[in-house]
Amino acid sequence: MTKRYALGIFEDEDVLLHAIENVRAAGVKIYDVFSPYPVHGIDDALGIERSRLPIAAFFYGMCGLSFALWMQIYMLGFDWPMIIGGKPHIGLPAFIPVSFELTVLFCCHGMVITFYTISGLYPRMKVPVMDVRSTDDKFVMAIELKEDSDLGNLTQLLRANGASEVNEKEMTKE
Amino acid sequence: MQHVSPVRIPLVTSGKTYHDVTEDVCRQVEAKPNIRWMAALSVALFFLGVFLYSVYRTLWYGIGEWGLNKTVDWAWDITNFVWWVGIGHAGTLISAVLLLFRQKWRTSINRAAEAMTIFAVICAAMFPVLHMGRPWLAFWVLPLQNTFGSLWVNFNSPLLWDVFAISTYFSVSLVFWYTGLVPDFATIRDRAKGPIARRAYALLSFGWKGGAKHWSRYETVSLILAGVSTPLVLSVHTIVSMDFATSVVPGWHTTIFPPYFVAGAIFSGFAMVLTLMLITRVVFKLEDYITLEHIALMNKIMMITGSIVGVAYITEFFIAWYSQVEFEQYAFINRATGPYWWAYWSMMTCNVISPQLVWIRRVRYSIPMTFILSIIVNIGMWFERFVIIVTSLHRDYLPSSWAMFSPSIIDIGIYVGTLGLFFTLFLLFAKFFPVINMAEVKSILKYGVDNGPTYGGPNTGAQQSAYRPTGAPASAPVNYNKHD
Repeated sequence: MTKRYALGIFEDEDVLLHAIENVRAAGVKIYDVFSPYPVHGIDDALGIERSRLPIAAFFYGMCGLSFALWMQIYMLGFDWPMIIGGKPHIGLPAFIPVSFELTVLFCCHGMVITFYTISGLYPRMKVPVMDVRSTDDKFVMAIELKEDSDLGNLTQLLRANGASEVNEKEMTKE
Repeated sequence: MQHVSPVRIPLVTSGKTYHDVTEDVCRQVEAKPNIRWMAALSVALFFLGVFLYSVYRTLWYGIGEWGLNKTVDWAWDITNFVWWVGIGHAGTLISAVLLLFRQKWRTSINRAAEAMTIFAVICAAMFPVLHMGRPWLAFWVLPLQNTFGSLWVNFNSPLLWDVFAISTYFSVSLVFWYTGLVPDFATIRDRAKGPIARRAYALLSFGWKGGAKHWSRYETVSLILAGVSTPLVLSVHTIVSMDFATSVVPGWHTTIFPPYFVAGAIFSGFAMVLTLMLITRVVFKLEDYITLEHIALMNKIMMITGSIVGVAYITEFFIAWYSQVEFEQYAFINRATGPYWWAYWSMMTCNVISPQLVWIRRVRYSIPMTFILSIIVNIGMWFERFVIIVTSLHRDYLPSSWAMFSPSIIDIGIYVGTLGLFFTLFLLFAKFFPVINMAEVKSILKYGVDNGPTYGGPNTGAQQSAYRPTGAPASAPVNYNKHD
């Protein structure tokens, strides 16, 4: 399935942020904005909700903590109790380091795997990009074009808001 | 919104544009390997060969190839282990702790420093594994069932905590580093001319496109990784120090070990970062990104942590006297005046006296002086671990067991061999990966440049920014409120 996009190319993040607000105010839906670095303030301008990854990270961390405590208490306390240096079988203070490390391990890997999964990032050979300059020095605002979209008007709107060029691009979506 | 004081100076000099950043960082990746890089790699590979030979001797003939004896049964191996782990800590400190403290200058050094962390931890891991004597049974350190040949592991042992700490630290650092690399791989992918390079970097870039939502999540992930890496890095060297501190050996059994070791780790780590950065910035012509300011700031951190280490040395001596424990007192007198006095005084000179030179502004901003200091500190920190380990063990409670330690040629071979391993990995990294985090550097290009359009404050026009929008209409605001 092929989709057409209008690409507004911007040179500066301040102009871009201003343009995003104006374009949205004009009732045009922005598909996505591609930038070479995280532009601060773009979330609010585009109306992107705050990521819930921190909640996921906390959840994974708690899983790690519970797993670590269960593992140590089960192994040394119940499955095969051993007297080591005359210490109690379940010596919780001695379990703190491993519990902490496993909390961090589960939290980080769980969160990062979630991040890559929900963002659809995985190793692949071909990556179709809107404009190759968007990973270099340009900010690219992509607007999906429908059958009845007026490209002329859109070009004018983008230009009036500081776009240095406006291109049309066809993308094949699998 | 973030306020930037008008006295702040730009972090990147020469008025670089976004495209300049891409060009300057990608140049090395895209160019054919030059002769200097090949020469350096050959030297590193030679020492890697030395490492492999020494490891072969250790595995084939056993631990008897080393200079250890019944009294001093921990020496070069554990010294090198602690030294390498310590070096690794600076990378995490730069990427995680400085991120939490919003030290924007970290952006041009964090990539290489994190790479250094990962390679240093790889080198460090070699020593305990080889010291096991039977590394093919190394999986016994994992909590596996009895059918695998051992009982459950002993969760009360600091050595076991080390297994969890080091492996968590390594894998988390690797993930943190790689996630930061993904957008930069995308930049290289989109510039790549050859089909092989394009495909290879496409694979590495995970299909990154730089969409707004992805960046938003990326920043969240970075922040949380930094947040958990900070206590993690402190825990790692704390646990390493507990390998010693939880024992009853005089000279090891001290409560100040955790903070003292962490400070020492950051101290030696920054020294190694400086050594590497001073070379990298010249070889790859990155003087505009890793400026004298960066060097001076790293020098300051080195001086502070060096002073903490100095205080710790003096505290140890005081506590040995104050404790009234005869053995403890002897351990310290023996360190300073016994047969290993030269190691002790090398350590004191290198670690306590030399970093104090950084108080002098001219030293702080001098490249040759910084380079020499960074090497001296690394030598000093190696001696610190040697002094702690060997002088405490070689004369403890039973004088009839007193002994001396001298390294065998294999000990030395493994040590210089890990240096070869480290530099092989670092050179490969520097050639094929972007040594500077392009995306993050681009985000701070405007920092302090004219304090005008981005962050508010007076725009005197004295420093004309290269980033003033060219095609911007008059209606475009010049003082956009940003959330930072």
